[in-house]
Amino acid sequence: MTQTNSAPRQDGASPRPGVFGRFLRATEIDTRLLGMIGALALIWIGFHLYGALFKGFGAFLTPRNLWNLSVQTASIGIMATGMVLVIITRHIDLSVGSILGVCAVVMGVVQVHVLPGLIGFGSPLIWIIAAIIGMATGALIGAFHGAIIAFGKVPAFIVTLGGLLVWRGAAYLITRGETISPLDETFKLLGGGPYGAIGEMGSWIVGILFCIGIVWLLWQGRQRRRSYEFPLRPLWAEGVLGMIGCGVVIGAVLVVNAYPWPKGIVRQYAKANNLEIPDGGLFISHGFAIPVLILVGVGIAMTILLNRTRFGRYVLAIGGNPDAAELAGINTKMMTVKIFALMGFLTGLSAVVASARLGSATNSLGTLDELYVIAAAVIGGTSLAGGVGTIYGAILGAFVMQSLQTGMVLIGFDSAVQQIVVGSVLVLAVFIDTIYRRNIK
Amino acid sequence: MSMTQTSTLDRTGTPLVELRNISIAFGGVKAVDHVTIDLFPGEVVGLLGHNGAGKSTLIKCLSGAYQMDSGEIFINGEKAEIRNPRDARDCNIETIYQTLALADNLDAASNLFLGREITGPGGFVDDDRMEAETRKIMGRLNPNFRKFKDPVKALSGGQRQSVAIARAVYFNARILIMDEPTAALGPHETQMVAELIEELKAQGLGIFLIEHDIHNVMRLCDRASVMKNGQLVGTVNVDEVTDEDILGMIILGKKPEA
Ligand SMILES: Nc1ncnc2c1ncn2[C@@H]1O[C@H](COP(=O)(O)OP(=O)(O)O)[C@@H](O)[C@H]1O
Ligand SMILES: [Mg+2]
Repeated sequence: MTQTNSAPRQDGASPRPGVFGRFLRATEIDTRLLGMIGALALIWIGFHLYGALFKGFGAFLTPRNLWNLSVQTASIGIMATGMVLVIITRHIDLSVGSILGVCAVVMGVVQVHVLPGLIGFGSPLIWIIAAIIGMATGALIGAFHGAIIAFGKVPAFIVTLGGLLVWRGAAYLITRGETISPLDETFKLLGGGPYGAIGEMGSWIVGILFCIGIVWLLWQGRQRRRSYEFPLRPLWAEGVLGMIGCGVVIGAVLVVNAYPWPKGIVRQYAKANNLEIPDGGLFISHGFAIPVLILVGVGIAMTILLNRTRFGRYVLAIGGNPDAAELAGINTKMMTVKIFALMGFLTGLSAVVASARLGSATNSLGTLDELYVIAAAVIGGTSLAGGVGTIYGAILGAFVMQSLQTGMVLIGFDSAVQQIVVGSVLVLAVFIDTIYRRNIK
Repeated sequence: MSMTQTSTLDRTGTPLVELRNISIAFGGVKAVDHVTIDLFPGEVVGLLGHNGAGKSTLIKCLSGAYQMDSGEIFINGEKAEIRNPRDARDCNIETIYQTLALADNLDAASNLFLGREITGPGGFVDDDRMEAETRKIMGRLNPNFRKFKDPVKALSGGQRQSVAIARAVYFNARILIMDEPTAALGPHETQMVAELIEELKAQGLGIFLIEHDIHNVMRLCDRASVMKNGQLVGTVNVDEVTDEDILGMIILGKKPEA
């Protein structure tokens, strides 16, 4: 006789979103970002627990490993930010690993065989001239690829697949298979290492500047929305966002500062500076590594480029509808050339970081990087259908890929297994992406 | 029906647009074959014809989307070289394409200002100002429009259409090309577009209107040019002919006996 209704609803049609749903809506955090952070947490905790349970020591969640992880992510992460633009415009670049190799050996030859003869061995200009030449080499190769794609109408897939072989071959021809070393001492700092990091104090300064930046951006955004009378986020949501942002930054500072220099380096440093080492040993923090700061700088610059400039707007428009972009007066061909040139430039920068970290240049440097870079961009939410992608997503994606790689090395998977995992993850990421996009339609 | 709306249009001066002997072929298909039409300030010229008659192709030569194989374009009596959409915009020509030509992943404001973004200090795009401007013009064209933050992919056909119309109207065009602007619209929205056309016409714009609904043509246009198989069948003053005359031209491809 009576109908037993479930809990009464005040707002009729749609069910009230849960606390979490309301939190997401108010803060405008998207679920995709949460998914990535979840995946990262899963990988980190998984590898750590695996080590703790089966090897007697969880090596993953240690300052040392996290610091190394950050340095190893830099090279892939820098390239991934460029790959985002390439994939947004419905292209692909399979040649980045090989271009990295060419740039590295060109810089190696320049700083080991050419510049010392011209401006003197150990000249303080060597590192910067070499780096500029490396980045210019990458940009030129990229522009060349872009021109063939745009004006020759050869698909990017083919041009860069050819480039994958051509540039790896060119790198070999330049070095004849020999390792070029030792690289310039200043140049090597760009790859990290105890001296290639900014120390405890520097890291705190960087961290605090970032926190100020985050708060300023939130406040500034709010002011602007208010001045146009657009809807505002609730104040508490702004507060939560600010706290999360600053929390991550300060957490990162604490981690990198918790990783001390190795004893040998400390001894060497103390000797060189006539320091007395106290009984308990001297605790000198690494702090943020220079390549990590380069990655952060690139991330910020690329985010501004994509979201705040006409260039970025045209990239997105071309990805969304190439014909519409053309009809809106955008020179889509020149855009393609510029996008690939930028990708090449960033690959050159990656080559700086990668070869500096290694301390030498070899023709095989960067082998298989294209896979990691593309996977990073896709995991980070860049759609292969074009038109969609974020820079922060790609950097997070690079972290995910590098975490997998590092974790597998830590627990002792051999490289054959690693390859199988990385390849599968790439396919899986695209598969999940397709499902995700189908469901949010 | 008020057939007394006799056009007091003065067609003795220089036309705003003259398309002379325009031809363009794709492969072996002569999509447009020696077509000559003109347009005066404050005039609406309807372009009619079956699907595939060449209407869209013809106006794309004027909008810079296609490059004609032969023929000449005069704007205000001066020969104009329109090689790409930028050239057309420089001649104050705005176009609403049949396909709307919107980037689905971008919001209304980004689409409205695509290629002509408002930039602030440092040359950075000023999204807030563009959104504010978009809200203003949408308030006039389509007051029910709310989805300013969504990508246009999430919009209904009518809403997308109004974004495309807003883009053409915002930049103070002198020449407006509308390729089936009411195709995706319901009766109420169609009425709004009709009123907009009358308002723009009163402001002295010249409008090429591609439209299938013969009643809209009779009501909105001053002249009608009919095309068939890429060729111009003829151009008539709308108030000198009947619906049937025009339909006859479309179907038979012959001008009515005067
Ligand atoms: N880009 C193109 N490539 C090849 N053929 C085309 C192209 N654009 C139009 N056509 C052809 O030109 C003819 C006219 O098409 P269109 O101008 O779209 O007709 P309408 O707009 O009158 O319906 C058709 O036969 C069409 O197939
Ligand atoms: Mg058409």
